Amino acid sequence: MSAAVQAKPQSRLLLSGNDAIARGVWEAGAKVAAAYPGTPSTEILESLSLYPDLYAEWSVNEKVALEVAIGGSMSGARSFCAMKHVGLNVASDAFMTVTVAGVIGGLVIAVADDVGLSSSQNEQDSRYWGRFGHVPVLEPADSQEAYEMAKFAFELSEAYNTPVILRLTTRVCHVKAVVQVGERQPVAIAGFKPDARRWVMTPANAKGRLPEQIAREGKLQALAEASPFNILETGSDRRVGFVTSGPSYMHLRECFPDAPVLKLGFTYPVPMALVEKLADQVDQVVVVEETEPLMEQEIRAAGIRNLHGKDLLPRLGELTPNVLIPAINGFLGDPIPPSTTYPKFDPFPRPPTMCAACPHMGVYYSLARLRKKVQISGDIGCYTLGAGHPWNALDTTISMGASMGIALGMDKARSEETKDKAVIAVIGDSTFLHMGMQGLLDIVYNRGNVTVMLLDNRTTGMTGGQNHAGTGKGLKGDDTPRVDFVRLVEALGVKPERIHKIDPYKLPLVFKTIKQEIEIPEVSVIITDQPCVLSEFYVKITPYKVVDDDCTGCGNCINVGCPAITVKRSESKVRADGKVNELKFTTIDTAMCTGCHMCVESCGPNAIVQAPRAAAVIPGEQL
Amino acid sequence: MSDIITNILVCGTGGQGVMTAAEILAQTAITKGFDCKKSEVAGMAQRGGVVTSHVRFGKRVWSPVITPGTADILVAFEVAEGSRWADMLRPGGIAMVNTIRLVPPIVSMGLFKYPDDPVAQMRAAGVTVYDFDAGAIARQLGDLKLINTIMLGAIADYLPFPATELEEQIVGRFRQRKPAMVEVNQKAFEAGRAAARARAAEEQSAAVNS
Repeated sequence: MSAAVQAKPQSRLLLSGNDAIARGVWEAGAKVAAAYPGTPSTEILESLSLYPDLYAEWSVNEKVALEVAIGGSMSGARSFCAMKHVGLNVASDAFMTVTVAGVIGGLVIAVADDVGLSSSQNEQDSRYWGRFGHVPVLEPADSQEAYEMAKFAFELSEAYNTPVILRLTTRVCHVKAVVQVGERQPVAIAGFKPDARRWVMTPANAKGRLPEQIAREGKLQALAEASPFNILETGSDRRVGFVTSGPSYMHLRECFPDAPVLKLGFTYPVPMALVEKLADQVDQVVVVEETEPLMEQEIRAAGIRNLHGKDLLPRLGELTPNVLIPAINGFLGDPIPPSTTYPKFDPFPRPPTMCAACPHMGVYYSLARLRKKVQISGDIGCYTLGAGHPWNALDTTISMGASMGIALGMDKARSEETKDKAVIAVIGDSTFLHMGMQGLLDIVYNRGNVTVMLLDNRTTGMTGGQNHAGTGKGLKGDDTPRVDFVRLVEALGVKPERIHKIDPYKLPLVFKTIKQEIEIPEVSVIITDQPCVLSEFYVKITPYKVVDDDCTGCGNCINVGCPAITVKRSESKVRADGKVNELKFTTIDTAMCTGCHMCVESCGPNAIVQAPRAAAVIPGEQL
Repeated sequence: MSDIITNILVCGTGGQGVMTAAEILAQTAITKGFDCKKSEVAGMAQRGGVVTSHVRFGKRVWSPVITPGTADILVAFEVAEGSRWADMLRPGGIAMVNTIRLVPPIVSMGLFKYPDDPVAQMRAAGVTVYDFDAGAIARQLGDLKLINTIMLGAIADYLPFPATELEEQIVGRFRQRKPAMVEVNQKAFEAGRAAARARAAEEQSAAVNS
């Protein structure tokens, strides 16, 4: 549990940006909070759910999360929603109209950009939404600011009748730093009061509100100029002055302590008078902002001269000290210090793997064996790892739920070469409920020939195991109605005889079922129903070991892809026909093995048998 | 308090407890009144991938990330990971390395080779390495999960606060929840300290003799 929940006012705590935001939201008196999990924003709602006197939920997707928050705001409650950057793409339909309608209770949207792509399908700059929707953008640089801005955002929202974007990056969400917290401010819920001109956005009503939206932007500009989050820091080295926002400020301060810096926290609308004030003091102005040159373009358009930004700095990734120092020193003609003394060793890549006994491995083991006969559209979750070794059994990943529509498009666009290939779509339970079921409905409706693999592991795995409508549990672990996937897909129109619920650990059954369904030219859904090994539903059983004398070195078990199986000895053997066979004799780490049995089914010579459990698992989780 | 910043990089693989060790270091630092930042990128790395955690503390810490070539201490929970991050050390920095070899599936499949002796590679490049088998010590003490405490014990004499402060931070976590684990963690901490001291003495005498 986050230490912040029980912390008394004025306590000094080491908090992640996400925990700090949760504390700020709670202290601001928020009553409604919603989110769909997404790295790096997930922990905000997990943390908020631990506070009293606030409703918090996992929503089925980000659009619904924002709509729940809008409903809360309309009802006069301070309301909050959180999402990763791509989540706001999903929520954008609601977003672009609530910006016209406005708010009653403060409405704050935290959106976390994954600068550097640690766990995302793209790198995008959510500050664009501020410009697009004419709403203010706040950008904290560390946990303390994240906490303060979360609180301030509600006041700003109410005072200017606008949703507010709290724009975060991974380097704010997942950095722990010292925060001094305060107390919860009681804010009562006013209750919903019908007002069609505000809430019923028909063309006539919306038209009436648009001028206010534009006028609001002008007022926000004036407010940004005077905001305590926008600070002009003087410096002795006036060859260059920096305009910066977010965690870039921290990196910049580290590297150039003597330079004047305009540190912006209230970053949209850009406080142009402050920028001019900085420009008057220095020879050159450099805008240091991660990813897109948004402020830079606006400052250039405002006529500031001797302006630099993306001509010196990369457009991708973080602007950390090792990036800033060579770029800025090079620009100034200052010497560039050597970055490291010791050489960089790159021993081997260590990509993320599926966990020992992960039920997804059973599906990919079978798909790999059918590889030449199928094309496979994939989705977003742990099962995206099926694209990697040893399976190489996933051809596409674009966006949440996209496996469905993409599969249908592939089915409708066949060439001479691909006309006999089956189209398979692979999707997880949480992703299916997020945005996949509409795509399946489209496949049914348009008579697509797609075999859908719905991998139900009863959790949102990749983000660390969150509940969803298919787990039967809510955000707080409370019991909720559980979606029945068989009945759901049947209701969407899939024929009952084309729906199979199977155990992914039974490799021959998985193979047989897929093979049978891809040969039938209509939509089928194969649901696998073993829980994630990290979830509360998973039960470990007796582990296995390899009997050395019986192992023939065929290496079949390696193709399951289980990280508990390693090669302990390799041997080249010349066959009678002169070909060389590479034999791999394996061993199973019985401390890691949880007895799923998949490797046993892959083993021809029956060399894998049950073993006594070893003393302990991988070191370290206990502290 | 001096202006000097202490930079500690903890590295290993997903599930080894890297982030917990970094958390304990950071908590100890703020208990001592330092400003402190701790940073990692988790996400997909949790699934058996590479994990690093940056811990920085001092009077005032700006950037949450350690610039390559400025780490005072590299704590490696796995030996090849130690070599992967050795360039983060400043000249004269120390690499404290657990010699366990965790072989990833892509090495098992024969697509990549695990280096024969990552420690020798680092040493040949001039890195000061104190390596020992933390797993063996943990096994002797009866619980592999103690590796985390052993590794923290190993760096305890190289920090700008007394080793007892770090030990108290670890033990304090158990005192409330699992009092039965207090004594064995104290032993593990001391065993880590002793192992590091022994390795440091050996390295110094080797340096004198060469």
